[in-house]
Amino acid sequence: MKLSELAEDIIERLWIEVEEEGGAFLDPEAAMGLKSDAEAVRELARNALVELRNGMLYIRPEGREAGRMTVRRHRLAERLMMDVLNLRGEAGEQKVCQFEHLLTEGVDIKICTMLNHPTTCPHGKPIPPGECCYQARQSGDLGVVPLTEFKSGQEGEIAYIQTDDSKKMQKLMAMGVLPGNRILLTQAFPSYIFKVGFSEFAIDTALAREIFVRKR
Amino acid sequence: MSTTGSEQQQSGTVRRVALVGNPNVGKSVLFNALTGSYVTVSNYPGTSVEVSRGTVRIDGQSWEVIDTPGMYAIHTITEEERVAREILLNERPDVVLHVLDARNLERMLTMTLQLVEAGLPVVLVVNIMDEAERMGLQFDLELLRQRLNIPVIGAAMARKRGLAEIQQAIAGYQPPQTPRVISYSRLLEGDIHAVTSLMTGSYQLSHRALALLLLQGDEEVAELVRGCEGAGAVAIEQAVRGIAFERRESFHLDLSMERKEIIRKAVQGVVQVPANRRETMGERLSRLTVNPLTGVPLLLLTLYFGLYRFVGDFGAGTLVDFMEGTLFEKYFNPWITDLVKGITSWWPLQELLVGEYGVITLGVRYAVGIILPIVATFFLFFSLLEDTGYFPRLALLVDRIFKRFGLTGRAVIPMVLGFGCSTMATMVTRTLETVRERILATLLLALAIPCSAQLGVIIALLSKVPGGLAIWAGMMTLLFLVVGFVAAKLLPGETPMFYMELPPMRLPQLSNVLTKTYTRMQWYFLEILPLFVVASVLLWLGKITNFFETLVSAMNPVMQFIGLPREAAVAFIFGFFRRDYGAAGLYDLQTKGLLDGRQLTVAAVTLTLFIPCVAQFLMMKKERGWQVSLGIFGLVSLLAFGTGYLLNQFLVATRWLG
Repeated sequence: MKLSELAEDIIERLWIEVEEEGGAFLDPEAAMGLKSDAEAVRELARNALVELRNGMLYIRPEGREAGRMTVRRHRLAERLMMDVLNLRGEAGEQKVCQFEHLLTEGVDIKICTMLNHPTTCPHGKPIPPGECCYQARQSGDLGVVPLTEFKSGQEGEIAYIQTDDSKKMQKLMAMGVLPGNRILLTQAFPSYIFKVGFSEFAIDTALAREIFVRKR
Repeated sequence: MSTTGSEQQQSGTVRRVALVGNPNVGKSVLFNALTGSYVTVSNYPGTSVEVSRGTVRIDGQSWEVIDTPGMYAIHTITEEERVAREILLNERPDVVLHVLDARNLERMLTMTLQLVEAGLPVVLVVNIMDEAERMGLQFDLELLRQRLNIPVIGAAMARKRGLAEIQQAIAGYQPPQTPRVISYSRLLEGDIHAVTSLMTGSYQLSHRALALLLLQGDEEVAELVRGCEGAGAVAIEQAVRGIAFERRESFHLDLSMERKEIIRKAVQGVVQVPANRRETMGERLSRLTVNPLTGVPLLLLTLYFGLYRFVGDFGAGTLVDFMEGTLFEKYFNPWITDLVKGITSWWPLQELLVGEYGVITLGVRYAVGIILPIVATFFLFFSLLEDTGYFPRLALLVDRIFKRFGLTGRAVIPMVLGFGCSTMATMVTRTLETVRERILATLLLALAIPCSAQLGVIIALLSKVPGGLAIWAGMMTLLFLVVGFVAAKLLPGETPMFYMELPPMRLPQLSNVLTKTYTRMQWYFLEILPLFVVASVLLWLGKITNFFETLVSAMNPVMQFIGLPREAAVAFIFGFFRRDYGAAGLYDLQTKGLLDGRQLTVAAVTLTLFIPCVAQFLMMKKERGWQVSLGIFGLVSLLAFGTGYLLNQFLVATRWLG
């Protein structure tokens, strides 16, 4: 079942209204300026996701799951815009609205994993966890964190380096800071000191934020 | 691979061997072991990077040995690395000794791979075997030799282990029959081929290596290729741009990962790592030095014993007393004065040579009697500390604080060196990453860091004024902090990130320390002694032409402004020629009873802050240009006299120090 974009927007609003705002129903006309016999509304009813009573939309159990996933996609898209693409404000919000509809058929799982299974959107609202989030939690994969999150004495594996400065990246790689290498943080103050193999390096906080490590 | 240079070299009698490798793998120790004492150290043309050269005879054949600066990869980033590669490119060594640390074999082999790939005549020296074995690592170097198909020698240069084998490997080096090719993934090979198929020129490095460097965006190699390929260069650049764009996300990473994989396979079975390894003495000591709780007290202890007791008490006290007080004042000066006066009776010439400001009685006496013992003890202390591997640890300890002054922890090395000779330290600020950092460090060196010569005299001078030394030290620290903080806020730009490898801590080798001290002394003397002579001549001219009297009168208002007698102007004028001349001038005034405790303190503070000596100013001009150096000059003068004024007002008002 693939819903139209408008239908997705409606079920999203309905879910938020019912699940988060504590409402019982959504008034399509007041909330979105839609007549109750609009095509998108009828589409939702046809798919048995909502029930239409007296012109008001009520969510059905099947609709709960669909709504949850739409909200999840929307908030994942927000995270992606903010954290990775660095698009903020009006422009970012517009892009989010277009982008969320593309996050179907497993794309959401990939994005969610790439963002390391975020739990909240940039506005602080919870992102409903997906199957991938449960799996990650279960397998004990605490994910990838910047080196600054490590405690001294903690060991892990370098996941990736994220820096705009390609020279710095090359320098780090030449020093042996390469994905897949084991890394041991030996001290976190006043500078970060870590070991890769038998070599020891000191870096400042700014650089430690750019080295991402996988806990083990 | 090209061999255009080899015919010339074979016909000549001298062959060349270059030592390359990461920093801190024992290259210099190997270099010293190979060459013995006939060594020249010089700056590589157009850079501040030092390159040592020496010679060795093996089986009747004379070899020039070149010790290159440390490099991490053939794709160069720092100035040191560029020089190292320039040497490989331009000097066409017959043998390249790649020295690496056995403990980090796997990581450092990446560069071996790059050197071999470049078609260079590589001999691999796996150094520091003794320490690696003590950690429980086991090596099968024969297996590594077979896999890499190049000579591999295990060595421990600190014990001269492996030296004979290395000499034999140099003498008996046979270039391979067919160039060795490192093969990568099909994708990368396709990219390499796309570039190499367009290349026709002949180079010192192989086409494959050059292609990879081009793809990594190496601008110097791009320049080189442009020069060699002529019309074909456009097509190459286009191909490179195309691939670089296609793989823009991850070319460096992909290449590094492929190389890492090749190395991982090559060292399988070569190194056995023990499950549990013991912590060595050095590692334990290292942990103590980097932990702020123990590191700061250790730092203070080091400074107290090293700078205060050894350089201050012993160098500037005991040694100077003996050299200057006994040797010069008692024996040499009376003798030379009589001698000169016996030869000539012409007064100006007598004055020039042995007068109050005479070239011999003042210039040489200062240079040899006062400065030599102080800088010798300082450089000895500095070189000793350098060889233990302590400086990088000090750098990480102070990085957070230095960030407030817009500097990174790296700047700690010029700063500490500044306590020895600010002129040399100003030159060393080149090693800092950004121009902004260099300017900030130069300013702080010019203002608030007293050099050892000055330090010695000022400590001796102010130790007679109770509380004077504390006020002086407090003022220096205050100005360092305030000016550093404010300058960092005002000067636009960002502080670069801090990253540094921590070499293992080890006991320094005496011979190495002495060689380093000697080279630094040599530099100092060649640069400084002529300046002393020039300064003496200028002072002499000033005296016989009465120019000084005029200048002293002109400075009278300034002296009054900060509450000093007019005679103090002499010290400030001298101070410009040498900061320590100035301090020594104060010493004279004090012995004549012209300064009380308050005036002495104010004068010492102002003089330390005031203009760096001529040599340092010239170095500033050379390194930073007229605009910046004159700016610093003006700022420093303003701050020095301004501080002198305020301090004097404060001391008068509070009636401290009488």
